[in-house]
Parts: sequence; structure tokens; C-alpha cells
Amino acid sequence: MSQPTARQARPRAQQPPQRAGSRGVRVGGGFGPRGIGRPVEKPKDFRGTLRRLLEYLRPHLVALGAVSLMAILSNIFSIVSPKIIGKAITHLFERIMARQAGVVDAAIDFAYLRNILFTLAGLYVISAVFGYIQQIIMAGVAQKTVYNLRRDVSAKLARLPLKFFDSKTHGEILSRVTNDVDNISSTLQQSITQVISSIVTLAGVTIMMLSISWKLTLFVLLTLPMYVLVTRFITKRSQKHFAAQQRSLGELNGHVEEMYGGHKVVKAFGREQAAVAEFKAINSELYDAAWRAQFISGIMMPLMNMLNNIGYVMVSVMGGIYVTRQVIALGDVQAFISYARQFTHPIISTANIANILQSTVASAERVFELLDEPEELPDPVPAAVIEAPRGDVVLEDVHFSYSPDTPLIQDMNIAVRSGQTIAIVGPTGAGKTTLVNLLLRFYEINSGRITIDGIDIRDMSRGDLRNLFGMVLQDTWLFNGTIRDNIAYGRPAASEEEIVQAAQAAHADHFIRTLPDGYDTVLNEEASNISQGQKQLLTIARAVLSDPSILILDEATSNVDTLTEIYIQRAMSELMRGRTSFVIAHRLSTIKNADLILVMDQGRVVEQGTHDQLLAMNGFYAELYNSQFTSNGVA
Amino acid sequence: MRKLFRYLKPFTAAIIAVFVLTFLQAISQLYLPNLMSQIVDIGIVNGDTAYILATGLRMLLVAAIGAACTISAGYLTARTGAGYGRTLRELVFERVEEFSLYEFDKIGTASLITRTTNDITQMQQVVMMLLRMTLRAPMMFVGGIIMAVSKDARLSLLLIGALPTIAFTLWLISVKGMPMFRAMQTKLDKLNLILRENLTGIRVIRAFNRNQYEHDRFNDANYDLTSTAVRVNRLMAIMNPIINLTFNFMTLAIIWYGGIRIDGGNLQVGDLMAFVQYAMQILSSLMMITMIFVMLPRAAVSAARINEVLDTVPAVVDPLVGEEPTQRGYLEFRNVTFSYPGAEQPAVQNISFQAGPGETTAIIGGTGSGKSTLLNLIMRFYDVDSGSILVGGVDVREMKQADLRAKIGFVPQQAVLFTGTVADNIRYGKEDATDAEVEAAADIAQAAEFITGMPAGFDSLIAQGGTNVSGGQKQRLSIARALVRRPEIYLFDDSFSALDFRTDARLRAALKNETRDATVIIVAQRVSTVMDADRIIVLQDGRIVGMGRHRELLATCSVYRDIVASQLSEEELA
Repeated sequence: MSQPTARQARPRAQQPPQRAGSRGVRVGGGFGPRGIGRPVEKPKDFRGTLRRLLEYLRPHLVALGAVSLMAILSNIFSIVSPKIIGKAITHLFERIMARQAGVVDAAIDFAYLRNILFTLAGLYVISAVFGYIQQIIMAGVAQKTVYNLRRDVSAKLARLPLKFFDSKTHGEILSRVTNDVDNISSTLQQSITQVISSIVTLAGVTIMMLSISWKLTLFVLLTLPMYVLVTRFITKRSQKHFAAQQRSLGELNGHVEEMYGGHKVVKAFGREQAAVAEFKAINSELYDAAWRAQFISGIMMPLMNMLNNIGYVMVSVMGGIYVTRQVIALGDVQAFISYARQFTHPIISTANIANILQSTVASAERVFELLDEPEELPDPVPAAVIEAPRGDVVLEDVHFSYSPDTPLIQDMNIAVRSGQTIAIVGPTGAGKTTLVNLLLRFYEINSGRITIDGIDIRDMSRGDLRNLFGMVLQDTWLFNGTIRDNIAYGRPAASEEEIVQAAQAAHADHFIRTLPDGYDTVLNEEASNISQGQKQLLTIARAVLSDPSILILDEATSNVDTLTEIYIQRAMSELMRGRTSFVIAHRLSTIKNADLILVMDQGRVVEQGTHDQLLAMNGFYAELYNSQFTSNGVA
Repeated sequence: MRKLFRYLKPFTAAIIAVFVLTFLQAISQLYLPNLMSQIVDIGIVNGDTAYILATGLRMLLVAAIGAACTISAGYLTARTGAGYGRTLRELVFERVEEFSLYEFDKIGTASLITRTTNDITQMQQVVMMLLRMTLRAPMMFVGGIIMAVSKDARLSLLLIGALPTIAFTLWLISVKGMPMFRAMQTKLDKLNLILRENLTGIRVIRAFNRNQYEHDRFNDANYDLTSTAVRVNRLMAIMNPIINLTFNFMTLAIIWYGGIRIDGGNLQVGDLMAFVQYAMQILSSLMMITMIFVMLPRAAVSAARINEVLDTVPAVVDPLVGEEPTQRGYLEFRNVTFSYPGAEQPAVQNISFQAGPGETTAIIGGTGSGKSTLLNLIMRFYDVDSGSILVGGVDVREMKQADLRAKIGFVPQQAVLFTGTVADNIRYGKEDATDAEVEAAADIAQAAEFITGMPAGFDSLIAQGGTNVSGGQKQRLSIARALVRRPEIYLFDDSFSALDFRTDARLRAALKNETRDATVIIVAQRVSTVMDADRIIVLQDGRIVGMGRHRELLATCSVYRDIVASQLSEEELA
């Protein structure tokens, strides 16, 4: 029986490819309990992580107690009922046998029967109600726990240093907040109550069976080790194939993404046939692994049923013989058969609980790992505040490196006075963002100090420090919201008039007004409903509105048409007026007019000085300048 | 969906076998209670131990046959399902590889990817499910009814009483549940979106001090999702108890009315016991059928999406006999006009120009002026509306696409690399290129230096999407890939944008030598890139507004002057 639950609403798009297979294929969801024979990740520290996960459940201790009680009661009632049904059957059988034996008044006692049935009806209703209440409570507990987990992760992300984000892929982090938390959620929602009812059922059924006949019970219990053996045998084999299936599926998805993504190139180079040939090869591998995995995991149920049937037959036969010898009543055999039938399901679920628990704890471990990442240094208390910022920036003996073995910045000394422009130049990949990282204190310097208006930036709160800065980077980050909200991002309290003024200063007002909804236009997820250049204008407007004392600009404009480029250029020069500006420079005029040029190569500042000074040095800058701005050798 | 089932044809034998096996399995399953009732009604009543034992053995045999049938059916089902998926995937992939850019524009790359992967996996699962459940459930249902009626027809009428519950379940899932599941999915997507935005924009968020705001935004979405999830789970919590109650009350009713029938001498006790089991089988198969009805519409969506791909016929097709070009490297546009499907305005209009070997033609203009469109037309990714494009003196529509493209070395705007080694990626342009050729191409493309700096040199692996090399390095590799072909015509689509000026200049100097005998078309944004071209074509809104050399255009073309003015400082103009 398949039950639709919250688990079917899984995010599909966000799954990393190797997972998409195992999760994505659960269309029906209903071929036996979750996770038969699927590969399970093993947590490193099972106990510690489990204890910590339970910590999250502590606030719900009362509710969980109630759930357990309800589960126990609900199961007890359903466990007792077959025995009572047995009484009714026994009664019917005895009367019939009596009648055949010639007892004339051997009529069925319908009042007795009615009593039994009403008792049963009552038990069923109570059991159902308890079952229902238990599910309802659990829904609240599970979801609230997951809510708290997600909230904690989000709060944690806000406190983590940039080093963390730069060293992990977005997919890795996303997967912890979505897949792993989701996994924990479904375990809480389903497996906890499943564990309780399985244990209660197994225990209860065994007790009930024993109470009917210990001999018959023995026959049923004899099949128990075989269940364990079969489960082990199949799980071991199917895991191998499921792993192979996931691998092939990941490979196939990768190939499809690549070939479709690069369709133009594939066609231009006439490589369609090669693409199809490779696809076929991977597809065949996938086919092999897929049918094997499906088949072997599919054997589980029939084999379990077979075992169950063996028990069933043994009980029928032995029970039948016992009844003829009048050792037990027929109704008891009937009850016993019902019990024996109930035996399989909890065994399979208990066998799986170990797996489920392991994968859940592995998920929890990954989430906790994230929660345990070292955080940024706390802000100083009390923090120094710059009342009227001027924008004097001084770097004294600054040393910095991302990793200890490769020192990047050594002994850097720069003094920038308010309103000056510093051009940062160098070939691509020279690490020009390093300076941004240090100035905004995204990364901590190793030694030396950086001061603004004479105050060490480490004595300020990060919030106050960053409020001094405005950034316009090439990588325009806008979010899925209205244009107005995006401009006002740096100053949420800004009035409509201020927003429009900022847009005008950034030469963005005109294009915004040509959009169907003007300032209320909602940028879509990839912000693909406006052009790259327009995005850059919006980020400039955003910086204008936040009115910073110090600017960080990236002049690079790619995929921007000429007219927009002119606008961007103008808007940037206006923005720079009167502010200390660090410019990742691409324009000769900017470089020449800069008060200081920092020449970077491979992450280091290799030279610094004014244009004339640097040319006179006839070093790296001179070579760079000559190759860039003296136009010879156009193909 | 029916249309897609025609691809099951090769599996007809297996499916029939599954059908038969499932039928046998269902019979064995239904036969077991019957045997058990014989143990009661004959064996026990007569106190015949030998009969009981013999019947027990028969039961075991029947159970074993049932299990054997299920396993064989499972084997065939797995093979059929997986095989069906394989066939479908192959058909879709082959079809998509035939697509021109028209079809890619129409359906969308991302959508094509999901259709080839997720949607087909869905269909594969549906086929397996249909083979497993859909055959079994009706058989168990019908068989159960036959057996029940044969035991006691009047008692069977009781089963009708369960119908309202079945209807209720169906209603609960499809009317109440599904919309909530969908709502939950949307909210989950929203949460993920916020999280993704937070990760990509982390520097901006911190620079603008909006941590708290973003955290609140996340938490609102988190809360929203949680409350929906709680509601969904609470709604669904009623399912199990209701289903159990139905089953249990059905049993009670059977025992009560069965008792009356037994009292009247119309029924035996063993039959009553068997009847209860049949009733349970009937009800569970009914529930299963309900689930199938709930699931099929969702699979139908996937099926429709796959069908759309298979039914799409590529717009660009080869002529039956390809014509052989006569003039090597010669390229001509004759009054070409082209509009993208559904567009109001033509993307390019009345374009005419000629280019020959040894000449460099540069195309410059703003975004959307039609520069890249011209390149797409040369490679025949689209067909022109009117006019014609001649390569080597032959209309591109008269040539085989493969022959046409074999003459061209294309460097796209966004450098696309494939998984494999650096050498593999360069060799993509010419499969049988020697190591020396590959290295020479890398050298000209200014890529040799960084390649030899990589741990395994030319054998270094490029990750999917080329994420382990920088944008500039990717561009240089994709240039090397075009160079290794030594084509008649080079098409550079703004291919130098990610290079710093120094590398750009060196590269262009090296290219000049290499492309001496070839026709070179360069689409560019930077004036410095096009200044020395033999012919500069200035495009605006899809029309040619100027054509000539740098100096001529400075004098005659105002659009060109504007572009130049925006990029070069005055001293450089002089």
C-alpha cells in the first residue's frame, strides 16, 4: 500500500546528480518500506551525532511521550482484536459442530456474538483515533524540529567567514540545507512512529501468539532467522547494483547536460554521431545496472511472502491437527494465522530501521558539521565608531595569505587620503578581489593593520565598517524582487524620491521607465529579463543610494552594448567624485588619472606607484601597458 | 501517454509472459485461503490428520509456485522497464542531436535536459509499476470477487459498503492532497531560491549589512513551508486510520452476517474464514487501483513532454545530394533577411557582403544588433527567410550540413568545454590530430603556457562545465580547438572578451600568421580588436550602416564614430 506523504514533494532540481537517481525514481513510493537495499552512507560518529539530534527533540519531550503512548495503545488494541475475533469464530464453529453432533438447541448465540463485535468495534475506533492523534502530533514535532534546524543553519551561515563559502561549492552547502534536512524530516515524520509500532507489534504479536500456543509460536519463530538471512543476502547484492545505477545515471545526466548545453559547438564541429555513440554506451551501462537493481530488490518481497506463507502453512497444518486433537480452539488458529500474517511487516521495517537511522544520522552529521564550522571573530565591544567619515585608508605592514604555504601579500604599505583614486591593474586571475576581501574584512589579515580615518578596522563592528563602503562589482548580484527593492537594498528606509534620484544619477531611470511595470518590475530568478548592462546600472544606483565614503568599483563591462557602456562609464565617474575609490581598472584614462596604481600578478602586489613612476621602472607594468594600449597586431 | 506505449512493442513477449505469470501468481494467492478453508471444513471437522498434512503440502507447493511466478515476473518487469527506458532515452537523445537551434530555442535547453533524464526515468518507473501493480490489482480484485461470490454471493454484497471509503480516499488525495503537495513544492523552491541567492550574493549582502534582513527573509519562507508541511501531514494522517477502520469494520460485518448465514446452514465456518481473507484482498487491490489512478495523471505530464520532443521535426534538413563547393574559403551574403520565429522585427535585414581567403572581416555593433545571428546563419543553425548565403560558391542549403561545418572553425562567445583531458578538448576540432598538431594549436592560442603549468599538462582533466579553468583559459582552449581543424573559414564570436589585453594582443599576432590563407570573420565589442581588419561591418538594428576600413568608417560612419569614442581616449584616436 503506498501512502502519499510529504516525502513525495521532494525538490528535484536541487539534487546533486548522484542523488537524483535514487530519489527521483520513487514515483510510486510504494514497493515496500523505504530504502530496501539502497546504499547507505555511514556516519563517522554515530552515537555523538544521534545524541545531538535527540537534543533537538528535547523541547518536544512531552509530545514525543504522548506519541509513544498513543502508538503503543493504538497497536495494543489492534493486536488484541484478532484474538477476540477468534472467540467469535470459535463460538460459531462449536455451535455448528454441536449441531452436526445432533444437539438440537445448538443455535448461535447472537447476543454473545453482538457483544464481541461491539467490543471489537470499540477497540478499532479507539485504535484508529489514537493512531490519528499520534500522526497529528508527530507532524507538528517533526516539522518544527526541522524548522529549527533550518533556522539554525541559516543563522549560522550569516556568521561564517567568507573563507567557508569560497572553499565550498554552492551545491555542497545547498544540499545540506535541503537534502539532508529533508532526509531528517521524513525520518522524524515516519520512521519514529514506525519504529515504535514495529517494536510494539512484534512484542505484542509474540506475546499473543505465546498466549495461544507456544508450540505454534515456535514454528513461526523458526522462520525468523531466515528473514534475517534473506534480508542480508539481498541487501548486500542490491546495494552494489544501486550504487552502479546511481553512478551511470549521474554520468548520463552529466553527458546530456554537456551535450545539450554545448549543442552549438557539437553541431559546429559535426560531432553529433560521437555524442550519440557515447550516450548509447552510458545508456547501456545504466540499463544493465538498472534492471539488476530493480530485479534484486524486487525479489525481497516475494521471498518474504514465501517465508510468511511457509509459516502460514505450518500454522494451518499444525493448528488443524491441534484442533482435531482439541488442544486449541479453531478460533485461536484463526487468530494465530492473523498474528503470523502481521509478523512479516514489522520485521522488514525493523531490518530497515538500522539503515534509515544510519543515513539520517549521516545527514544530521553533515548538518552539524556545518553548525560547528569556526565562526568569524566576534565584533569588539564597545566598537569604535567613525562619526564623520572622511575616507582615509592606510595599510601598514599588512601580511596576508589564503593558505600558509603561499604568502600573497607581504609587507604592504599604502596610504590613501580622502577622495583619492587607487587603480588596481593586472592580468586576469591576478587576484584583484583579494584587496576587496581585506578592506571589507571578509578575510582577516595575518599581521599588520588596516585603518580607516585612523581607526583599526578590527576595532569597528563589521556592520559599521561595511557601511562606509559601496561596491559595484562585475558580478552583479540582484535578487528576485522588484527593481525598487533592489536599488533600496543598501538603504531599506529610502524614500521613493531618493530611489528615483539614485536611479537618475546612475542613468538607470530611463530604462526602468520603459519596462512594463517601471520600478515595480520584478526581476526573475536569473534576472534575465533585463540586460547585463542594465543590471550593472542597477548596482550602481544601489551604491549611489547607500552614499558610501569609500568605493570599490570594477570597471570591467562584458556583453554590454556601446550606449549602455557609455552610461555605465559616466555613472561611475559621477559616483567616484569626492569619494575614496578603489577601482579594478580596465580603462587607460582611469589608470592614468589614478593617484596610486597597484599592479597585481598572481595574487601579489608586484609594483605600486603612479603611472609615470611605474613606466620609469620599466618592469611588469610597463610591459603590461605597452602590450595593452599600443595597438599593434590586430588579427 | 498511449502514444509512448507503442515503444513497448519489442517487449510484447515479455509483457505477455508477465501477464501470464502474474495471473498464475494471483491464482495461487487466491487459492491459499481456499485450501485453508478445506483444512478446516474437511480436515478438522472430520479429524483427518493425513488430509490436513496433505493439504498443507499442497499449500506449500502453491505458495512456492506463486513465489516463483512473482520472481520471474519481477525479472521480466525489471528488464522490460529498464529496456523501455533505454529505448526511449536513445530515441529522444538522437532526435535532440538532430535539432537545429530553432528547436532548442523553442523548447529550451534546460527543459530538454529534464525531458531526456527525469521525465524518461518517470516513464520507466510507470511502466514498471503498471507491470507490477496494474495487472496484479485488477486480477486480485476480480479473482477475489469470483472466489468470494463462489463462497457466498449474498455475503459479497457487503463489500459495496466499502465503496464510500474508497471514494473518500480518492477525493482526499486528488482534490485536497495534490494541491497542497504542489503548494509545498512551490514553497520549498522558494526557500531554495532564497538560500541560493544568499550564497551567490554573500559579498554584496555583507557589504550592505543585510544579514539580518536575509535571515528574516529565509525564516519567513521557512515558516511558510513548515506550516504547509504540517497541514499536509495532518491531512494525510487521517488516511491510515480510515483505511484500517474500513478493513476492520468490514471484517466485523462479515462475521456478523456470516454468523447469520451459518446459522441458516448456507455457509461453513471455514468458508467464512476464507471469505474474510478474500474481502481483505479485494479491498487492498481496490486501494491499489485508487493509487494508480492518482499517479497516472502525473506520469501523463512527463509523457506529453517526451512526446513533444519526439514529434518535433528539425526545421533544418539536408538536401538529398550535397553539392561540392568550388571556390575555397569564399563567403558571400546575398541580400539576406532573417527573423527569429515569433519575432516582429527581422533580426538581420538585407545583408550583403563578400569575403575571401586571407581577408579579415570584423562585425561590430551593439547588443542585439544581429552580430551573432550572422554567424549562426553561416553555419546554418537557422535558415534564412530570403536571400542566400554562399560558401565556396554554393548556397549553404545545397550542401550537407556536415560538409558545410567541416569547412568552418567556430569559436563561440561562451567558451564551452567538455569533460575530458585538455588534449581531448582541443582534438574535438579534429579527431585524428597528432600530438604535434594539438600542441601547435595550443601554442598559437596562447594556451601552451598554462597547459604545461597544469599538473598533468595536456592530459590534465577538464571538469564538467570547465569549472577548473578560468574564463580566459577556456576561451584560449576553444580557440585552439578551432585552430587544430585548419579550416577554410574562421568564425570568432566575441571570443577575446575574457582575455586581458596582453594575452589578447599576443594571441592576435600569432593568429595573423596562422590564418593567412583562411577567411576570418570576427564579431567583436572592442574597437581595438577590429581596428586592423580588412573590412569592418557596422551593424545597427540588424542592418549594415557602414562597411569599410577603420579610417574610412571614422570619416563616413557616425555609428562607428560613437562606438570608437566610447572606448578609446582621444589621444588614441589621433
